Amino acid sequence: MGGKNTFLTIVKNIVAWIISLVMLVPLLLILINSLKDKHQASSMGMDLPKSVHFENYLTVIVQGKLLRSFCNSMFYAGTAIIIALILTSMAAYVLSRNKTKLNKFIYFFIILGLAMPVNYVSLMKVMQITHLINTRIGIALLYAALQVPVSVFLIYGFIGTVPVELDEAGIIDGCGPIRLYFSIVMPLLKPVLVTVSILTFMDAWNQFIFPLYYLNSATKWPMTLAVYNFFGQFFKEWNLVCADIILTSLPVLIIYLLGQKYIISGMTAGSVKG
Amino acid sequence: MKNKIYPFYFVIGTLGLYLLLFVIPGIMGLLYSFTDWNSYSEEVNYIGLDNFKIIFSPDEHYFSALSNTVWFTVATTVLKTVLGIVFALLLNRGVFNINLHRGIVFMPSILPTIIVGLIFKSILNPEIGLLNVFLNRIGLGFLAQQWLVDLRFAFNSIIAVDTWKGLGYIMTIILAGLQSISPSYYESAEIDGANYLGKLRYITLPLLRPAITVTVVLNILYGLKVFDSVYVLTNGGPGYATEVLYTMVFKDFGLGRYGVGTAMSTVMFVIMIIIGYFVVRLLQREEVEV
Repeated sequence: MGGKNTFLTIVKNIVAWIISLVMLVPLLLILINSLKDKHQASSMGMDLPKSVHFENYLTVIVQGKLLRSFCNSMFYAGTAIIIALILTSMAAYVLSRNKTKLNKFIYFFIILGLAMPVNYVSLMKVMQITHLINTRIGIALLYAALQVPVSVFLIYGFIGTVPVELDEAGIIDGCGPIRLYFSIVMPLLKPVLVTVSILTFMDAWNQFIFPLYYLNSATKWPMTLAVYNFFGQFFKEWNLVCADIILTSLPVLIIYLLGQKYIISGMTAGSVKG
Repeated sequence: MKNKIYPFYFVIGTLGLYLLLFVIPGIMGLLYSFTDWNSYSEEVNYIGLDNFKIIFSPDEHYFSALSNTVWFTVATTVLKTVLGIVFALLLNRGVFNINLHRGIVFMPSILPTIIVGLIFKSILNPEIGLLNVFLNRIGLGFLAQQWLVDLRFAFNSIIAVDTWKGLGYIMTIILAGLQSISPSYYESAEIDGANYLGKLRYITLPLLRPAITVTVVLNILYGLKVFDSVYVLTNGGPGYATEVLYTMVFKDFGLGRYGVGTAMSTVMFVIMIIIGYFVVRLLQREEVEV
């Protein structure tokens, strides 16, 4: 019996490593090739670089104008996070605390957006009318609007766990609604607000389709669009394309390593009971 | 009293943003899908169901895009769910460095889809791509294919890449479901002499049902909206072989055929509103249970 168990454990561990390798090799391939020279990278193999070329990264940053698109991406993600933290959390708070018929309907109506498709063509018309098309703030607002359903859903669920007695104590102390929310309730929402910020950041950073439709000037492109365009221009220089891929992925990878717990709790929230 | 402590103006900002950039375009799209709206003329005329006739006509490419989208959705849902369950069972316990493995499997799902697409454009390249080089080296060269170019393989290659990326997310949800199953069920089953398969069939899978339902819904919603993977890997080619709904909408947008584009979105809207209804029901049910 013991022998059988040991055998099973060995098999399980081997299978686990095979799976992990299948997930890791594509990423390693990019890392290795980002350090090669143009000639060696043209075969895109797993062979180690003959000489290490860190300067590929510098070339990409300069030629791909990555600093500019990095700042754009940061601006879009940052604005979307601020809107989610302030506006969306205020809305979720009132919808959760004051369950009138209208508010219940609004909550239902907003989380229906979790499933709804975006109509990109008619959205263009709205963007034109509001003069948001081809502007940075327009893209940031789109990212924020896209996150509204999931943020409201997550924050609403969390507010249910914050005791109402705190609100009552605040009112007795003479707080108005704004002070009550921002100085008493909001600090208690920190765990869910961290989750929402991280999820918003990841979604905003990975967004590709909105800028593809609504930004025609390269100066406003986020990193995803910049790397795609860079690939189109430099598809013969895989070492540079790989370096660009690494630089574009790095921010989300860092956030993932730092906030793994929050990402997993946010992405699986509501999906499993309890 | 409650309206004073929890005033409605707290909701207005979010509701306004959501209405302006989400709901209004959706409603406008419904109306525009019955018109000949295009980029060549200022005039917009009512043309009844003509756009929908174009979409469902067998001579155009829209219908194949529609069926590709459905095939993509069904295939990725089945693959991710089945593999997600298998991987979750494997990485639930009894493996060294278990968190490392879980972290590695989950990692692709946080990367931008566009990045994953570019990586696999290299790996699936017929001449220099890692996959064919590897197959040749281990003596399975006859399996090497023109993955993204050959009509028979292009679309299934996209499905495989998307599964590679999204699998870890599904596995993570299933893992959370597995961990919420009380060990006492297994203990009493063991006393009754149940073997591994018996426990899997009569305890694990039935109790995983809520988690599996959610992953299926998430996969369906994601699959119908797929764009990035297809756009970067094949951009609908060769010919129209790998076209999906959203890549066709983007092409119509580029050609200025706005009416047909919005009609495509309307078709999707109708499909999703039906699914969306069930999603909300599901979420509300769970809220009551918690």
